[in-house]
Amino acid sequence: MKILVAVKRVIDYNVQIRVKEDGTGIVTDNVKMSNNPPDDNAIEEAVKIKEAGKATEVIAVTVGEEKSQETIRKALAVGVDRGIHVKADGIVEPIAVAKILQKIIDKEKPDLVFMGKQAIDDDCNQTGQMLSALLNWPQATFASKIEIKDNKLEVVREIDEGLETVEVNIPAVVTCDLRLNEPRYASLPNIMKAKKKPIEQISASDLGVDTTPRVQQIKVEEPPKRKAGIKVASVAELVQKLKNEAKVI
Amino acid sequence: MSVLLIAEHNNKELRPFTLNAITASSQIDTDVHVLLIGKNCGEVAKSLSEIKLVKKVLHAEADHYENFLAENFAPLVVKVSENYSHIISSANTFGKNLMPRVAAHLNTSQVSDIIKVISPDTFLRPIYAGNAFATVKSIDEKKCVTIRPTSFEPCVTSGGSAPIEKVEAVEAFPSSKFIKREEVKSDRPELGTARIVISGGRGMQSGDNFKLISAIADKLNAAIGASRAAVDAGYISNDHQVGQTGKVVVPDLYIAVGISGAIQHLAGMKESKVIVAINKDGEAPIFSVADYGLEADLFEALPQFLEELNKLNTIQK
Repeated sequence: MKILVAVKRVIDYNVQIRVKEDGTGIVTDNVKMSNNPPDDNAIEEAVKIKEAGKATEVIAVTVGEEKSQETIRKALAVGVDRGIHVKADGIVEPIAVAKILQKIIDKEKPDLVFMGKQAIDDDCNQTGQMLSALLNWPQATFASKIEIKDNKLEVVREIDEGLETVEVNIPAVVTCDLRLNEPRYASLPNIMKAKKKPIEQISASDLGVDTTPRVQQIKVEEPPKRKAGIKVASVAELVQKLKNEAKVI
Repeated sequence: MSVLLIAEHNNKELRPFTLNAITASSQIDTDVHVLLIGKNCGEVAKSLSEIKLVKKVLHAEADHYENFLAENFAPLVVKVSENYSHIISSANTFGKNLMPRVAAHLNTSQVSDIIKVISPDTFLRPIYAGNAFATVKSIDEKKCVTIRPTSFEPCVTSGGSAPIEKVEAVEAFPSSKFIKREEVKSDRPELGTARIVISGGRGMQSGDNFKLISAIADKLNAAIGASRAAVDAGYISNDHQVGQTGKVVVPDLYIAVGISGAIQHLAGMKESKVIVAINKDGEAPIFSVADYGLEADLFEALPQFLEELNKLNTIQK
């Protein structure tokens, strides 16, 4: 069995982002970048399945500018076998990423495709579902548990009401939630070894996918700030304020 | 052209956020049609037809629609979407799961999680966990949009008499099967719609200590929330999680107890009308968004809080 994992390079989740003064976007120069957190869960799950002897190869794919290769290197350092970097500049929307991944999948013919449920930059939560639609494969989104049973997957999904279990035939697309597993850290020897693993580079235009955005970003601004509140000295004062000033209890 | 809203329900009744989505839809175009897909959900169709803002109800029934699988729903939505300019759903796990599958079939770039309709093709949406707002314009002919329910008021549920039109089901998707759903049952109000939410964080130190929170929740008729740290530590189940990867809540009163205020948590609650923070660390970031901050040990403050509430003659429910 072959598993393809899609990963995205995003601003590190611990960074307090800044909006550009001209309103054209977010400041990314000299800002720490990382793998999109739930994509790390997707990598971890794929590597675990391989370690359990149920998969023969794990491939990591990313779409983005030159530096996006870093995300592939990180994946290679925790047990992914090889990487594919699809070069594309600027904002690449989920629908374009899904089309790119579809082309890669046509060629690589994986049995499973894993990725994070959502990227923490644009917060779209679309790519996995779009990809499975384009492939006409089943989708198991927001996975917090994945079990392989013969030619099927049993997936526990996190939904608003609680948990839902679905069974999907392989091939399938799975989007991963943060509670799926605990991603490992790369060891130094493995980081060194990863440098020798192959990364294939192609461009989105070579694949014949038009990445021109169809949702235009008109303006990016800071959200309205909350006015500073007050500190109260005691619980009694707090309850009085809530009752008589805020009038919420 | 008209707007098509996908109803979220449990075959017996509408799920409440459908009402917020109807409001959002009506701000795009007043000709709002609602597509109801399910099994034995005639009662739901009836209640939809009674909503004033709804101009037509499209009702599809089949056994394979019982459990709302996106693989079964998407082809039907695509078929029905032909005569509509916009396809809308809530940006909760139902809509998040379904809408991109529809958008891909329609070759449309979806606009997710909007908080404001600026014009029929231009919307405001939060990015980076709500740390920035983007104004975006869709240039696709057919627009697929999910709306953040808490950013729109629920619509009035009466005053209408929309016609109910039957829609033929399409074939079941053969490769996906629903197994089970484990819903968390509670007598308390639902977290997403509660007027008051009281949440605990890592500072609670154990799941058992959440009884201090539930005692106050009982008194205030509040829903119980939690930070991701508390969920990950196993103090409480994940359906209580408030934040970027959990639920976004906008109650009248949000009480954060033992929660430091990580960016991810703030994204899920900072639009609340009144925010209270109880934390022993006076430097905790939660205080920067709190209207009323109490720097105190929660294990002393919570029992006192309950005591003070008991002294009040009346409490709003």
